[in-house]
Formats: sequence, structure tokens, C-alpha cells
Amino acid sequence: MVEFRIDRRSGVATYLQIVHQVRQALRLGLLTPGDKLPTAKEVVAATAINPNTVLKAYRELDREGLVEARPGLGTFVRRSLARPETADGAPLRAELADWTRRARAAGLDREDVAALITAVLEDSFGEHPQDVHDGQEGNA
Amino acid sequence: MTDLTFRPGRTALEAVGLEVRHRRRPALNDCSFRLPAGRVCALVGPNGAGKSTLLAAAAGLHKPAGGTLRVLGGTPGGRDVRPRVGYLAQDKPLYPNLTVADTLRMGGTLNPGRWDEAAAQRLVRAGDLDDGARVGSLSGGQRTRLALALVFAKRPELLLLDEPMADLDPLARHAMTAALMAEAAEHATTVVLASHVVSELEEACDYLLLVSGGRVRLAGETEDLLAAHRVVVGRHEGPGAPREFAPHTVVESRTTGRQLTALIRPDGELTGRWETSEPSLEELVLAHLRSPEAPVLLAPSAEPRAAAPAKAREAA
Repeated sequence: MVEFRIDRRSGVATYLQIVHQVRQALRLGLLTPGDKLPTAKEVVAATAINPNTVLKAYRELDREGLVEARPGLGTFVRRSLARPETADGAPLRAELADWTRRARAAGLDREDVAALITAVLEDSFGEHPQDVHDGQEGNA
Repeated sequence: MTDLTFRPGRTALEAVGLEVRHRRRPALNDCSFRLPAGRVCALVGPNGAGKSTLLAAAAGLHKPAGGTLRVLGGTPGGRDVRPRVGYLAQDKPLYPNLTVADTLRMGGTLNPGRWDEAAAQRLVRAGDLDDGARVGSLSGGQRTRLALALVFAKRPELLLLDEPMADLDPLARHAMTAALMAEAAEHATTVVLASHVVSELEEACDYLLLVSGGRVRLAGETEDLLAAHRVVVGRHEGPGAPREFAPHTVVESRTTGRQLTALIRPDGELTGRWETSEPSLEELVLAHLRSPEAPVLLAPSAEPRAAAPAKAREAA
């Protein structure tokens, strides 16, 4: 089971925050195939948000094929986003841990390291795509 | 449950050209809107806008002086309607001499066949209310909790709550909103929540009814109403609105130095060098309150289904 944290000041639509948190839980292996997501009632009883917001998020995850709704039973995880390459002890992770140790030894602090990693990620993958529903539209 | 709580085809509240007089003065005038069943609706507007009058009229406490108001398909306060409606007035009337336990017993007796004792107990227990305490000795927040427990336990199809959270501390407010949302999720209850604090409604409500000057100014799904507006910021000098705004509806426009900030309802693409973004609920509401002359906007789902006198809406 997961617990959702809703950040009212983030500017990211609430249903997208839930979508992101489920994806993240799938990546980290907090949720694995067959697991049940909390019901809309359970989520709203904890977060005080509108139930339709939760259902909208679950529908989006369903559309992406990550979860499925079983009528009368609930919403269940269909597939994982966890990659063996990211698990503890995997070579890629070990190399990154080693690199981070060296960066720290060289005097970089957490923010320096994060900035450096972000810059390298942008070189490799391009700019981080903004969420499509964050309401920002350039018109200039 | 995996189905959305709302039933777009079913109507909880519908007003056509509604006029309600309060102390001989018109409190609501030419109000037309529809609220689909299963929505959690924020009823917002300044003090004295007519929010309380509208809720009381829906509860059957004020008779319309003109037009029509239908509640769950029937007459407000009618014998078949009243048991299905829960109404909590702003002053939360309770009997000060009854104890907490007496009050709940009274609730059970007055609502035969509908009363959910377990729900009432759950809400009261969560607030540490002593069964034997007299209502008159409770704090404001405790009284609110007891009143909400009464109105929830009635298991209404339509809940009309007039400024219900005003005297609750943030923790209790969160707990009561959460209880309200759980109620809505489980029973697909239609909820109308009147408040003038817009920000606290933003996450809880999926429908908006904006009332000011006795009229409905905006009605519809919050998502759709927000998507129909843009905050526009850019450089503008000289008097009057920028030429590029001509095809669009300008709700509000302000100039500070060279910077112009406006809230518009775009009709097609906006040309020119402007930064645009979707407004927050608060920005949308405040802009409309500052500009009473902005045209009324009803989303398609908020258009009354009953044969509306066409002139009633055009005049608004």
C-alpha cells in the first residue's frame, strides 16, 4: 500500500501528483504487480481531496497500462516500473555511488552534485519535459 | 469503487429565474443554474451575496418569490424531498441543554430509517466529545463537529453546508473535510459547501457556483471553468484595452506602469506577445468579484434543463 502526499503549493495538478507518486512507487518497488491501490475513499479520508481527483488519477494510470480496475474489488497494479539496473548492488548503481563518493571527496556538496547531475542528464536526454497540465503556456 | 461519483444526467439542484426575497428585500434575483448529482460544489461569493439565502431556499426555508427551484427533482422542503436533504445553517442550531448523547438520540428519532448511528459515533469519538457534556458547554469547534455528525448520520443525498468549517482549527478542519470527502466517495452524496475562503475549497470541490449581488455569475466544473480562462501578462501602454483582446471576453484588466495583467475568456487564439497561464481558483473568483459587469458563464452541465425563459439568462 502507498500513501499519497498532496502538495497544494506545488502548482502541479493534484491528480498528476498522485500519478507521479504511483509511478515513483512502481520504480522503487514499493508497489509490485498484484498490489492493490488504496480505494478512493481511503485516499480522501487521509488527504481531504475530492474523490473524483483520485479516480481521475487511477484512470490515467489504467490508460497507461500500469494498473487495472477490477469492478467491485479495487484497482490493482499490472506491471512494475522497477528496473533491475537500479536495484541495490547493481553495477550501474554501484558505479554511481562510487562516483558520488569521489565528488564529495572533491569538496562538492549535495546541491553541487544535484546541479551537476541535472546538467549531465539534460545533455544526454534533453530538457526535462514539463508536465503537460501544469497550466503554463508560452504565447510569446 | 472505481466509478466517478457524479452522475451527469441526474440533477441535484436546478433554478430557473429564481427570485427569493429576504426581509422584504430581493436576496436572489433571476438566478439560473443546474447542479448535477454527485458533485462537491463550492458555493462562493462575498458576504451578503445570497449564498445563505440560496441554501436556505434549497432546504425549503424560503419560498421563491419568482421563478422555480427544484431539489432532487421535487419541491424544496417537500415531504418526499426533506428526508433526503441535510442542511446545516451557519449558526449550527443545537439545543444547549441537551447532552451530546441526547442530541444524537434525537437525531436518530427524527430520522427513522435513515440514521447511521455508527457514522455519528465515529465522528463524535474522533473529536473527544464527552457523551454526558451539555451542548451549551462545548467549544465552537466541538459544536461544529456534533452538528456535522448529526447531518452526516442522516445519510442525505444532498448536503447543504453553510460555512461549516469557519470556527474549526486547521487540524479539525482537515479532519472534517476528509470525513466529508469520504462520505461523498462512499455514497456519491452531492455536497454544496458555502464559504468565502476560496483556497480551502480548491482541493475538495469539483464544481463551482459563484454568487454575487444576488445572481449566479459562474457555474460549472471547476476544471472547465479554469480552462476557459487565461491570466494574461504583457507590456501595454496607452489608454484602453490592447487591440489583440478585441475578439475575447475581458473579465478584468489592470495596468501597473507598463505591465498589463488581465483575466480573459479566450475565443480562439490570442495574438501578440503575451505570457498566458491558467488561473488558480482564487484568481478566477476574485477577478469576477472585482468585475461585476463580466458576463455570466454557465458550463453546459450547469445550464438548466427545464424550459428556461430565454430572456432570464440574457438579462443576467
